[in-house]
Amino acid sequence: MQNDRLIIAGREFTSRLFVGTGKYKDFAETKKAIEASGADVVTVAVRRVNITDRSKENLLDYLDPKKYTILPNTAGCYNVEDALRYARLARAAGVSDLIKLEVLGDERTLFPDTVGLLEAAKILVKEGFIVLPYTNDDPIVAQKLVDIGCPAVMPLAAPIGSGLGIRNPYNLKIIMEMIKVPIIVDAGVGTASDAAFAMELGADAVLMNTAIAGAQDPITMAEAMKFAVYAGRLAYKAGRIPRKLYATASSPIEGML
Amino acid sequence: MAETIQIQVNGEQRGCRADATVGDLLRELAIKTERVAVELNLEIMDRKDFDHRSLKQGDRVEILSFIGGGAPVDVQGKGRGFVHAE
Repeated sequence: MQNDRLIIAGREFTSRLFVGTGKYKDFAETKKAIEASGADVVTVAVRRVNITDRSKENLLDYLDPKKYTILPNTAGCYNVEDALRYARLARAAGVSDLIKLEVLGDERTLFPDTVGLLEAAKILVKEGFIVLPYTNDDPIVAQKLVDIGCPAVMPLAAPIGSGLGIRNPYNLKIIMEMIKVPIIVDAGVGTASDAAFAMELGADAVLMNTAIAGAQDPITMAEAMKFAVYAGRLAYKAGRIPRKLYATASSPIEGML
Repeated sequence: MAETIQIQVNGEQRGCRADATVGDLLRELAIKTERVAVELNLEIMDRKDFDHRSLKQGDRVEILSFIGGGAPVDVQGKGRGFVHAE
């Protein structure tokens, strides 16, 4: 399918698979998995530099910011203030105004604190950030994020790292029908069929980390995810047949003996 | 001998020359400036000010950079009682 580009805030992406860079064995494996995934957008976290052991290499020595769109996140932030601080630090350290905004509400579920999320998003949009918010599968919150000025919305499929797959396809479907900006299903994917399912529902992209990094063979799983996202996208564009309870014969009756 | 002052860098106490700038500190730590963010006493610095901003006794410096991340990294020692779904 030619020219099926994803456009977010004027930026064009070929791949509809976004990948995280956490939980890999080392940077070499991270690099190989990301190459196998075909992703254009990779998420990174912002943390203290190790000042006692300078032998530690920099992730961006492995991921060329000219080749990939680096999407810093505010992972691990449990309040508005921290999320703002990390977003601003990411911009100061980095490459662009892009930020994946996470304001988490609870350590056990890592569910987003959508009240805090809306508040932080409002401030960051005013400061000129391109805010991609990690949110719940709540259509109303998604719409409010769009109203604030977020150029895409990232609802979860299931808790981060859970691998449970799409837990509420109906809510996601409503979000996809209601929301006029790209929807990136973020978090909870476990295997390739989950990613394909998200795309078949009409997601514009899928973001994942643990499903690839935590697989027994991350590089092969990255490739599986590339094809799953692509296949799901094609199936969505092609338009599936309606579900029916009873059979419809594929071969004609006419001409039978 | 040059006078020294005590500062805090990424949460650790450290001595440094009294006339050192933030840029000097980064060079001493062998940190490339192009991919880090520096927060001095909770204020994020503009990269072009690194060589002009002198450090003072008690300054708190945070030097941050990008690491692998997608989902939040598990916080060590904070077991979440994760249960496998299978």
